[in-house]
Amino acid sequence: MKTIQVQYFAILREQRGRSTETCATEADTAAELYAELKARHGFSLPAERLRVALNDEFAPWNARLREGDTLVFIPPVAGG
Amino acid sequence: MRFRLSAEPIAPAPLAAALRDPRAGACATFEGWVRVRNEGRDVTALAYEAYGPLAEKEGDRIIEEARTKFGFIAAVCVHRTGMLQPGDLAIWVGVAAEHRGAAFAACRYIVDQVKGRVPIWKQEHYAGGATGWINSAGAGAAGPPPPG
Repeated sequence: MKTIQVQYFAILREQRGRSTETCATEADTAAELYAELKARHGFSLPAERLRVALNDEFAPWNARLREGDTLVFIPPVAGG
Repeated sequence: MRFRLSAEPIAPAPLAAALRDPRAGACATFEGWVRVRNEGRDVTALAYEAYGPLAEKEGDRIIEEARTKFGFIAAVCVHRTGMLQPGDLAIWVGVAAEHRGAAFAACRYIVDQVKGRVPIWKQEHYAGGATGWINSAGAGAAGPPPPG
């Protein structure tokens, strides 16, 4: 079991109803944790439409999670 | 020579003044404004939200790429966050270069890449109170579909 800080933005923040949460999880990768959270909170976006940031840098979905990591699932961007 | 986010209105004049350089023969600037009508719906406001630390890193990388590809003397990009009204300035890009070709090309590259890569989101607010996250539509929480 490890503790991961998850930050939410935009549509995910709205669907989760908060900006951050601390997750105690057995997930080894960002992909596993998203699947877990999507099932729990009913996020509408499939993983294919998101990117991952681990500790404020882009990371692959199979990046290994470590105790205390900060994770962001990035919805489709829309700046400009 | 960097990308930054601003929670306050953007003032273009001092940004352009800071690009001045006697070696530069051209300065291209771009202003992105909030449009009152988008995909057939009346927009009353746009809420911009950013993932600050990564947005600024990725924005800086884009400016550095533009320098490598096109060469310029100075460049800056500022993007708004917070609640904007139609007509408000959402993004300002300025590039000073020796010649106009590099200034135009780098300016365009920066705007296009920022729109496509930097973790910034906008939520449209429509007349009647509905809202929608741009590019996340079809995700099940983007308000009612457009009329017609």
